[in-house]
Amino acid sequence: MDICNSALHKRAQLMQAVRTFFYNEGFLEVETPLLIPANAPEEHIDPVMVHPAGQLQTSPEICMKRLLCRGYKRIFQISRCWRASERGSRHLTEFTMLEWYRTDADYHQLMQDCENLLRFVTSNCTTDNRLHYGETAINPADEWQYITVKDAFNRFTGTSLKKALATDCFEELMDGQIEPALAKKPVPVILTDYPVEMATLARIKKDSPDFAERFELYIGGMELANGFSELADADEQRLRFKAANMVRTKRGATTMPLPEPFLAELHALPPSAGIALGFDRLAMLISGAKTIDEVVAFRPEDL
Amino acid sequence: MLSVADLKKGIKLTIDGDPYVVTHFDFVKPGKGQALYKCKLKNMVNGSTLDRTYRSGESFEPASMDERDMEYLYKEGSHYTFMDQQNYEQVVMEEDAVGDAKNFLLENTKVSVLLFGEKPIGITLPNFINLRVTDTAPWVKGDTSGSDSKPATVETGYVLRVPPFIEEGEMIVIDTRTGEYSTRVKE
Repeated sequence: MDICNSALHKRAQLMQAVRTFFYNEGFLEVETPLLIPANAPEEHIDPVMVHPAGQLQTSPEICMKRLLCRGYKRIFQISRCWRASERGSRHLTEFTMLEWYRTDADYHQLMQDCENLLRFVTSNCTTDNRLHYGETAINPADEWQYITVKDAFNRFTGTSLKKALATDCFEELMDGQIEPALAKKPVPVILTDYPVEMATLARIKKDSPDFAERFELYIGGMELANGFSELADADEQRLRFKAANMVRTKRGATTMPLPEPFLAELHALPPSAGIALGFDRLAMLISGAKTIDEVVAFRPEDL
Repeated sequence: MLSVADLKKGIKLTIDGDPYVVTHFDFVKPGKGQALYKCKLKNMVNGSTLDRTYRSGESFEPASMDERDMEYLYKEGSHYTFMDQQNYEQVVMEEDAVGDAKNFLLENTKVSVLLFGEKPIGITLPNFINLRVTDTAPWVKGDTSGSDSKPATVETGYVLRVPPFIEEGEMIVIDTRTGEYSTRVKE
């Protein structure tokens, strides 16, 4: 192997490019604690518990939104996150997340940020100006595709989103039908407007209350980022956390403590939007890696 | 019982009464929803493959496999009978399950039998086995035709290529993994 052109060099180059992008856009780089008493309870995310101190962050969102409440307007962070028992060709229990938040913005600004960021890093970190995943070369400089989750079900599956949710096969259709269809697209695809029940911290769309202002960025059929307009109603947020805990109980998982200081400060959150992007997956895309194992220094199995 | 957390490449499961081995495994979580555990599985009896996707909470019966030292006794029709060296129990295996190993089986040959529960599903032979040549063309001294091998039949009926100097009635060593001639046994 040519050690001067290794995956770790590409990763470092990407890290530099991401920082340059956000500094140029006027974002402040922040660092928030990784070990916290409570994450936002989510139905299907299990934190790594650290007894008796608390838990490792599954995402820096709670602390970053509290910074928005204190008056910071544009912030970003590149940090380690942990999600228990998640391991696959695109998953590591310990992984690197890029998150950024904007006040006086909604999810549309985040989609524009994604377009700008992906174009910037692709031109800075690749020689062919393409991202690669599986058999597909993706050009972020071309016009992106936007499609609602509802339309994606109508177009790519034999059923509707409503029926998929009613029969509890959303994930199977997403994995088996929609993502393979998106995998063939030579441009990034943004899936928008997720059902409210799948958006614990997102704001509901004013004109259609069944959907939330949440989107996911797909590149080569791989989920890269998840963004939304932030819910700023503390009472509503508390109810959604409790609902998430009820689902956790039903599936045999432990209930999670609520992040009370966050709930207490949420009333001060200006209209804002935030997004989480899998940094390791972006490193896969710029280096053409097939698995996440190829873009990290050590696999957990090798420690 | 096994849970989805135990799934990984190489794990053996029982599905519809047959033993399967996981040949590919991946974990996905579409749309931050429920986790899906995607497996490609291979049937350990007939080699057929299938794809299965599981959700958390599902459980599996492990395919308990056992390997036992046995002695080959005899063949009747398409049934091969082996005897456990420890407890003298006999097991009967179909010709399909014996596979290519039948080419090298002589009565009293010691083999290792793979059992799924009580059912024998395969055998492993020693890497090298001695068999006597029952039929081959004689070696013509001074043959200059340049041929460096000739066909020979061994006592099981198996036919392979051997060097020209091997004579009928001689004992040879065969590599059971490749089915090829290895060396001559000096008697």
